[in-house]
Amino acid sequence: MRQLFRFLFKYYFFFLFVLLEVFAFIMIANNNYYQGGRMLNTANQLTGSIYQSYNNIFDYFNLKETNRQLAAENALLHAQNENSYVKITNKLFKVQDTTYKQQYQYVDAKVISSSTGKRNNYLMLNKGFEQGVRNDMAVVSPIGIVGIVNGVSNNFCSVMSLLHSEMKITAKIKKNNYLGTVVWEGGSYKTGTLLDIPSHVVISKGDTVITSGHSLDFPEGIPIGTVSYFKINQGDNTYKINITFFTDYKKLDYVYIVRNLFKEEQLKMKGVQHE
Amino acid sequence: MNNVYLRNSVRFILLILLQVLVLDNINFRGYLNPYIYIMFILLLPFETPDWFILVSSFLVGFGVDLFSNTMGMHTAASVFIGFCRPGVLRFISSTRDYEQGMTPSIRDLGISWFLKYSIIIVLLHHIVFFYLEVFSFHEFFYTFWRVIISTIFTVIFIVIGQYLFYKKK
Repeated sequence: MRQLFRFLFKYYFFFLFVLLEVFAFIMIANNNYYQGGRMLNTANQLTGSIYQSYNNIFDYFNLKETNRQLAAENALLHAQNENSYVKITNKLFKVQDTTYKQQYQYVDAKVISSSTGKRNNYLMLNKGFEQGVRNDMAVVSPIGIVGIVNGVSNNFCSVMSLLHSEMKITAKIKKNNYLGTVVWEGGSYKTGTLLDIPSHVVISKGDTVITSGHSLDFPEGIPIGTVSYFKINQGDNTYKINITFFTDYKKLDYVYIVRNLFKEEQLKMKGVQHE
Repeated sequence: MNNVYLRNSVRFILLILLQVLVLDNINFRGYLNPYIYIMFILLLPFETPDWFILVSSFLVGFGVDLFSNTMGMHTAASVFIGFCRPGVLRFISSTRDYEQGMTPSIRDLGISWFLKYSIIIVLLHHIVFFYLEVFSFHEFFYTFWRVIISTIFTVIFIVIGQYLFYKKK
């Protein structure tokens, strides 16, 4: 026994190193899964509140840009209002006998921390469980897509940004509705990649790519980016398309968390399909 | 003696805050991340006991991890360089003798010695950290490129920091 202690004591430096590394790896294993139902450690109240007070200071510097974005969005909404339309034909009256039911609700939130330089990037928002945020909800900005909620604490939530190696968004080209997948392959935070578009589709630079609405979380038609470069992959008859994101992930300030009110029902039908 | 403890504790807190509030926001072109907080481990005095280096590396890594959504990764990388530090110091022995109260800094041992020392340590840290972050060898060369570029960037920041905050004797 004494031999053992002497041995441990002699090489204590190495054993302490191993012990601390084991702690670190336990932390990695427990906290770095991509989509989990548990609360993310990072979204806890302490770091959240420090980021919050840091943000309160820097908010003022962004006021101008934020105002501009909000005004632009208001203008867009005004333009979509019924009052902005004039009936141009009075000969035919069509009775639109449709009733609407709301599918998506939007919660506004503020970005209090974010990253763009890593291979897997996250954001933290100042809304959490108590404000109705749950895992897997979509997050969009006034000008485009942002990411998916992957951890919730009482007053904060963590968002897996589109700039993440595990992120795949089903998207379509706006002008012809062909479906593809948007991923981020690292590098610049301004460019992503659109995969799986067959090579017979006619595309051109500047085409808009939007969400398809086939996912349970993102509404249809959220802008993602524009085509900036494309070429045909040799061998598999699909394009390799680079897109420029509309959202500037470095300047994100105010975003919306989207709640799909039909999600449970849609999930149930998915379950039926898989049986 | 008190002064040493106080100076290192203040450096501990300031470097973590500087890292998470300022430097994590300036990543340039998507792969340049300076991680200046490891300067804390670099600058611990020579007579710091080995176990204390390991424990404080653990704490500084953990502090940064808490803020940056990388639970455990900074901790693992900084404990690793805490482990390597005594070996590296023996490996690049200076022509000057280590005296009581010296720190491994530019002021005490000169720029060329410090550059050697910091490049080795920073490179070790970044290799562990970036490969843990990606967690695969799938994009091996892209990650390696990020390691090299970020190492250069971090070392530059650390050297600038040294010149900014330390008066010549």
